[in-house]
Amino acid sequence: MSTMPTPDERLAALLAFLRRRVTGDYEIDEFGFDPDLNGTVLLELLRPLYRQWFRVTTVGLENVPAHSGALVVANHSGTLPMDALMLQVALNDEAHRPIRLLGAHLVYQLPVLGHLARKSGHTLACPEDADRLLRKGELVGVFPEGFKGVGKPFSERYRLQRFGRGGFAASAIRAGVPIVPCAIVGAEEIYPKIGDVRALARLLGLPYLPITPFFPWLGPLGLVPLPSKWMIEFGEPIRTDEYGPDEADDPMVILELTDQVRETVQERLDALRKRRGPAFPPFAR
Amino acid sequence: MTRTVLVTGVSRHIGARVANALAADPEIGRIIGVDTAPPSLHRDDGASLGRTEFVRADLNGPDVGRIIGSADVDTVVHLDLVSGPVRSRAAMKEHNVLGTMQLLAACQRSASVRRVVVRSTTAVYGASPHAPAVFTEDLAPADGAQSGYEKDAFEVEGYVRGFARRRADVATTVLRFAPVMGPGVDTPLTRYFSQDVLPTVLGFDPRLQFVHEDDAVEALCRTARADHPGVFNVAGEGVLLLSQCARRAGRPAVPMPAPAFRLFGGLARSAGLVDFTPEQLSLLIHGRVVDSGRLAAELGWRPAYSTAAAFDDFLRSRGLPSGLWPAAFDRLADLVTAHRPR
Repeated sequence: MSTMPTPDERLAALLAFLRRRVTGDYEIDEFGFDPDLNGTVLLELLRPLYRQWFRVTTVGLENVPAHSGALVVANHSGTLPMDALMLQVALNDEAHRPIRLLGAHLVYQLPVLGHLARKSGHTLACPEDADRLLRKGELVGVFPEGFKGVGKPFSERYRLQRFGRGGFAASAIRAGVPIVPCAIVGAEEIYPKIGDVRALARLLGLPYLPITPFFPWLGPLGLVPLPSKWMIEFGEPIRTDEYGPDEADDPMVILELTDQVRETVQERLDALRKRRGPAFPPFAR
Repeated sequence: MTRTVLVTGVSRHIGARVANALAADPEIGRIIGVDTAPPSLHRDDGASLGRTEFVRADLNGPDVGRIIGSADVDTVVHLDLVSGPVRSRAAMKEHNVLGTMQLLAACQRSASVRRVVVRSTTAVYGASPHAPAVFTEDLAPADGAQSGYEKDAFEVEGYVRGFARRRADVATTVLRFAPVMGPGVDTPLTRYFSQDVLPTVLGFDPRLQFVHEDDAVEALCRTARADHPGVFNVAGEGVLLLSQCARRAGRPAVPMPAPAFRLFGGLARSAGLVDFTPEQLSLLIHGRVVDSGRLAAELGWRPAYSTAAAFDDFLRSRGLPSGLWPAAFDRLADLVTAHRPR
């Protein structure tokens, strides 16, 4: 789209959108993905963060398959999973593919968050859902580090945590889809976690309750993420179609492939971090 | 070859429609319909039983065994699972579970029965935030229903599996139906959607699936006419969110916190307004979607109505939506476009 829509066209599009919402005349998929709402409202709310606040730049978009199924495996950080949201904007706006992220159980137990996650295309991290999405040719994303990654202290930034049991590798082999290693630089600095209120977290049923230089001292203001400079890189796809489908439950194969992906992501992460330079470049640009 | 079909639960809507549809098939020699109450003759929808011979009998007794023995029944279509309203939960369980056990025992003794079709429900999968988004038949319901109709269906399926194992020569089919929608359907869920205001749970928007009554009848008739052993999900294509259902119905949704929702559900239940079990409440919190691919592959047939089409047909039969909302919206939109400063 090269021509900007006129104000009249934009108003007409908005009214058409609102009419669809009022009458329930829109389609969602079996996972609860609501592309109409996601494109018009949810992503629109994230775009200012993506463009102006974190100034995200992307590298290696050509490594993301244009139509077929693939599994994007990324590092996870930032105390709050802002990296998942930015990855979603990056792939939707620049690769024109909705990413279907596999999220933690916690997300789907919580009110509001659970159904918003489904409406923006995500689902529960379980083998059944992963296999089903990949079989349908969707672009699926995982953060194998899980809470260990997103909730790690600031002192361990850019150091990948354990990749679990490699369920993602088994899913990729079963579906025969490539794994796209993805490095996200910048999320580590948004909420530097320097402490953890373990007892209170356990009481609230949360994996951790962070202390940052600004939270909880500044109250809600401490929830504003620091405006670090972000880069997201998609590495060369790792093929899995050379494995036989029964190798998906061979622990040796799975652990080897998991290690290979983990090393690749760590390498790309280190290189990309150097390339980005300081997290907070001087104000005068 | 003359065939004799026994249909249980013929006095209720789906049972009557299945008996009626089978009665129109000249290949079927005899149709015997069984229920505890005689079919009502002045039903609004007027589903007649055709040439079905009605026998008033309780499944939970020796009568059905005698019928199967004396009439040389070769096909049994078991539709008699009640979800309420009944006198008491104990009576319901006795009817559903013990009735099925008696029926299956009679089938097991019989030398003539070659095919058994049992109506079940997708509720056997339960509804939980920890479950996969889409259920296939092989997914064992881990922490399924704890009570009510759902638990009965789960137990009934257990007995059917045992029967299928012991009588491997009998083609045994279990159809797990998504909630049925249609002009003649009267269930707790259709009564819920007929309310003027739809209470929903704050912060949750469950995915729902429906199957149209015509498709439910068709699926039952197809499996009653030919051997299709196995367990099959039956649901209309596509998914609707509860919020979307409310908008399509033109009814305001009133979100309330989960404890209040459960409390109101319980109160309404004890007041006899709606018959909502805790399982149905959890459906309206977590939702449930199934994959009907296996049915399509086995029968070479798919439900004609999608989930949305089934729901819309149900709405039309209840005179919904009023058309007020879209009209009001269009008026407002016209005002906005007309008064835009240029």
